[in-house]
Amino acid sequence: MQVFIQTLVNGLVTGCLYALIALGYTMVYGVLKLLNFAHGDVYMVGAYIGYFVIQWFGGPNHLSIPVPLLIVFMLVIAGLGTGVLGVAIERFAYRPLRDAPRIAPLITALGVSFVLENTVLLLFGGFQRSYNTTDFISDTNGIHIAGAHIDSVEIMIVVLTAVLCYGLVQLVDRTTLGKSMRAVASDREAAEMLGINVDRTIALTFFIGSVMAGVAGVMSGLEFQTISATIGFLAGLKAFTAAVVGGIGSITGAVFGGIFIGMCEAFSLSYISEKYSDLIVFGILIATMLIRPTGIFGRRALQKV
Amino acid sequence: MPQIGVDEWVAQSGERRDQGTGWRRVLYELDTRVAWWQRLALAALLGVAFGLTTNNVNLLTVGFTCLLYAILSLGLNIAAGWSGLLDLGYIAFVGFGAYGYALFSSTALGTGGSGGVHLAAFISIPIVMIAGGLVGVLIGLVALRLEGDYLAIVTLFVGQAFVEIVNNVDPGTLGGVNGIYSLDSLHGFSGNVSTPRGLYFVALIVVAVLAWLLHLLDTSRTGRAWRALRDDPLAASAMTIPVNKLKVMAFSFSAAIGALGGALFAAQQGSVFPTNFTESILILIFACLVLGGAGSIAGAIAGGIIVWALEQMLASPTDAGYLFYGLILLTLFLRIRPLWKFFAVLAGIIVFGFVAHAIVGAISSSATAGHPGSSGWIGSAVKNWVIVPHDAIGYGNILFILVIVLVLALIRVEGTARLLLVVPTVYLAACCWESRLIVNPAITTQIMLGVILIVTMAARPNGLLGTRRVEVV
Repeated sequence: MQVFIQTLVNGLVTGCLYALIALGYTMVYGVLKLLNFAHGDVYMVGAYIGYFVIQWFGGPNHLSIPVPLLIVFMLVIAGLGTGVLGVAIERFAYRPLRDAPRIAPLITALGVSFVLENTVLLLFGGFQRSYNTTDFISDTNGIHIAGAHIDSVEIMIVVLTAVLCYGLVQLVDRTTLGKSMRAVASDREAAEMLGINVDRTIALTFFIGSVMAGVAGVMSGLEFQTISATIGFLAGLKAFTAAVVGGIGSITGAVFGGIFIGMCEAFSLSYISEKYSDLIVFGILIATMLIRPTGIFGRRALQKV
Repeated sequence: MPQIGVDEWVAQSGERRDQGTGWRRVLYELDTRVAWWQRLALAALLGVAFGLTTNNVNLLTVGFTCLLYAILSLGLNIAAGWSGLLDLGYIAFVGFGAYGYALFSSTALGTGGSGGVHLAAFISIPIVMIAGGLVGVLIGLVALRLEGDYLAIVTLFVGQAFVEIVNNVDPGTLGGVNGIYSLDSLHGFSGNVSTPRGLYFVALIVVAVLAWLLHLLDTSRTGRAWRALRDDPLAASAMTIPVNKLKVMAFSFSAAIGALGGALFAAQQGSVFPTNFTESILILIFACLVLGGAGSIAGAIAGGIIVWALEQMLASPTDAGYLFYGLILLTLFLRIRPLWKFFAVLAGIIVFGFVAHAIVGAISSSATAGHPGSSGWIGSAVKNWVIVPHDAIGYGNILFILVIVLVLALIRVEGTARLLLVVPTVYLAACCWESRLIVNPAITTQIMLGVILIVTMAARPNGLLGTRRVEVV
């Protein structure tokens, strides 16, 4: 029972992180019909920004400000940094290719991913770095349920993900920006003719998606501690799976898919085999795609964003 | 030939623009007069001449790998170029071919490091190709239910799953992370191909034969049907084209050629490892195809050769220097017109550098104490021009960021401001190159490759030799 609940918690926490990254994939796919392969690397950059914020305020052992304030700073700075990065990527790499054949922006996305990953390698080296979270956030506090333990970082991840997702849904459903995003998603040309600023809408979509990735980067740094220049690819791939399993283009789908993938991974890690956990996740993806080629929420969600 | 429904003058003006003037005209004339088999023969002759005259073993190996990438991108071209199926799992077929060859040419299937299966290459490679084609049929059948990007995603996972499988399943036979090693060289008919020159010629023959067969396929009914499928599957099926059959066929042909490439790769390397078949290699193959021009046989071959040649040049610091400065000069020359402005900018860059170097040197002598990373005549030419401090790493990192920002700014500004901005940008890029980029050739290669991909896609979304085509939305 203890193992079961602990696995459930682990699955939920990783699932939340995947969900946050998947939101960026799904939103960008909604408005541009583009698989943004560079998104995983944006997440990685977010994790690095968080690391340097810790160093900036004196390092894990000699923090010059209170821990809650530090976390707020990390989230805000990383979110803004990756948001600006996402907008820059859209502006300079994808916008010139709006009317090019479909394969061209895809290759550009691969190129951007290459450049981001190797730039980080060049600037900060190939070795792993650690947040050393346990030095400033004790991992013994938190909640105990039936022998399983949920520490404060994990609680924060789940709560923050829930808040962000709720905010995003409200944004898409209730605001003018959300309305124009939905309009661009359903028909870009028609939206442009109706006076919607398409460029601005797409840029803002990239901004929001990248902020989510940056926040996910910081939180995964706090939770798993080690970061390196290559963490983006696999995390991006898993998040991508999440977006697809949920039905790419659908926000609910991305969140559900993220948590689903997180659970699958956690349960196969603790109950089946560590070696095959990635393979199981990919197998689930392929099976889902074959049973429901548009993902679980793909058809029902008419509002594709 | 004027197009139907288009004003005659407009139609002819398009034709005139295609013909161009001056040397472009000459090229155009040549281009229309030379038949495809003459081009193929000419290219093959050039290949043979290279193979016979070169005695440098490294160059021959580079030549082999160039041709290997040409084979791989020819295979990918069938699925991704002609039929428009975005197959991101292609690398799994390559890996399948390589592992298949390895199993049939090593002690892997034997017990205790002896025995095993040792087939002649002319038996094992066809087996591997047919088996690869059958796997392609399987994946193709799976892919029938999926469209467009969903296909890309599922195939991407097929590629990822392949690496996981060879890493984890049956380590006794497949070797896990250690792979399979000490493979037989290509052998058969009591002959044995193991020298770089021999391998080069094998690859050359394979490329030539493939190009010939693929050209026949391209101009056949099947080839036309594939292109119809790519442009509009719905319209194609309305015209009674068997869409499903063609999709499966495209997958299996592409897989068979991928497996052939994989087998040749395994034979040349003499070993196979899971890391040989990761996504970054797939990206490299896609880069070959897309740079050369998806859908064009000549483009796929040229792309393979160019990309690998670039990769090799970037790996050696001297050649990388030529490439870096050469590309900058070429870009400036092509983009800055009229000619006197180009020379003015060039002179501006040179003077700017010497002045900056003199000023900084006068303020602090340690700021210019470092040595440029380039050796040879480039190194001595730029020694008193670029600013390289004693401890160059941190300085180079800041410069790198600065250069990226400047280049992005360059794209935004127009006219005289752009000309003025070019001068410091190029100079700082040179400083960054000499102090930081050239020190880490492996990372620099990857960055340059990514940049080349992005720039090529922005400048020519259809590749170097690809034809422009209208997308029906």
